[in-house]
Amino acid sequence: MQHRRQNTPLLKVAYSIAVKDVWAEFRSKELLSAMLLFALLSLLVFSFALELDRRARAEAISGVLWVTVAFAAILGLNRSMALEREQGCLEAMLTAPIPRSAIMYGKLAGNFAFALIVGLILLPVMTILYNISLISLPLVGVLAAGTLGLAIVGTLLSAMTAQTRSRETLLPLVMLPIALPIVIAAVRASTGLLSGADSEVWGAWAAILTAVDAVYFVACSLLFDFVIEE
Amino acid sequence: MSIASLPSDQAPVFEQKRTVNRTLVLPILTVLTLLGVAAGLYFALAYVGTDKVQGNVQRIFYIHMPAFFGAFVAFGAAVLGGFMYLRTRNTKWDTLGLAGIEVGFMLALINITTGMIWSRPIWNTWWTWDPRLTLEALMILSYAAYFVLRAGVENVETRRRFAAVYGMLAFTTVILTLVIVRTTAATIHPVVVGGESGEGAFSLNATPGVGAALGVNMLVWGVLVPVTLTWYRVRLQNRAEKIAAIKAELLTK
Repeated sequence: MQHRRQNTPLLKVAYSIAVKDVWAEFRSKELLSAMLLFALLSLLVFSFALELDRRARAEAISGVLWVTVAFAAILGLNRSMALEREQGCLEAMLTAPIPRSAIMYGKLAGNFAFALIVGLILLPVMTILYNISLISLPLVGVLAAGTLGLAIVGTLLSAMTAQTRSRETLLPLVMLPIALPIVIAAVRASTGLLSGADSEVWGAWAAILTAVDAVYFVACSLLFDFVIEE
Repeated sequence: MSIASLPSDQAPVFEQKRTVNRTLVLPILTVLTLLGVAAGLYFALAYVGTDKVQGNVQRIFYIHMPAFFGAFVAFGAAVLGGFMYLRTRNTKWDTLGLAGIEVGFMLALINITTGMIWSRPIWNTWWTWDPRLTLEALMILSYAAYFVLRAGVENVETRRRFAAVYGMLAFTTVILTLVIVRTTAATIHPVVVGGESGEGAFSLNATPGVGAALGVNMLVWGVLVPVTLTWYRVRLQNRAEKIAAIKAELLTK
């Protein structure tokens, strides 16, 4: 590593990694099917466990949505990193003359896409099951911002836990507390939106959510290089 | 200057020479801390007057809040340790990170336990889902996950690297615990949080005694206790690593 290597441009590499993930998923449908099945089961379990009446449902629905999305995302993140390891792809990417952060951005794009897709599918399903309309453009925006945040911290932390002894068990333990600011802001923004509160109220939470995303994006981009160096 | 290359019975002599200044600092700090804790207890239990509304239970507050401040300082030291470790790759910074998080973890447990003891007579419950209380519990759990993470990595260098990264990220939960009252609870739990953080309630009709008792305890629990304990923990870690090195040396012979 003494001489300066000719690196492929960062965005091009990130794009190829993201496309690789999406193509692999398109063929195997491994991640999305597991995440979706889990999400649907979780919705059913929640509705039984909470025995929700109409009013309680309106109050709890955004909590149910975000807990489900967060756990589904963790499920997908674990599998996504495990695939990289099992196929030896991570090692190959580390050896390749590419900027390290490109791996983060590429994985992030894929993880974000899958989490967002699951969230988007949940909206109409929950609208039917819970009989509360969740289909609105602002809510999709909040969903995008929230899943982006989850994908940001998840990409960094799953890269880390994939290299530990207790891989799959460890990710939720380290990710849930770190992702909490995102989940709190996302739940508050969604609750405000669904209860028809002033745009000022949920807008403030949406702004906090965006700010948390930005802070985590910068922090995780800086820290990612330290996580995957070998 | 590898201690591992020396026969083990010579190691203590060698260490004494090297750390003659430090060996003086730690006993002094220890004595200061013990005196400080005693003085803090005196101020909290005897000097300051009894709270009109809450009675003697309120005295626990003089330990409760300073303990959180101490945890904040110790976790902050861990952030510094993590940052410096990633920059310099010097093991001592990782040791600082580990020591800071262990000490902060203990102080946070003191904070939450004293809070629960206080809330039993005042709120009539050991536990309530107040936002700050819930977040503090999550903060403690996130640092518990730090220990699980460390234990889960076999390669020493990787373990230090991951610990540094996670120790810095986990600090977000500390910040969140600090700011949550300002964003959420002000509108949803106004009374509860007024009692919990206390400052607002006290500063309105605080006697000088309250300020003195709080000031002394803040100094003791926020500075002396974390610094001294972190120092001991760093020393313990250094010795454990030396022993491990000597063991490895002997086993390879």
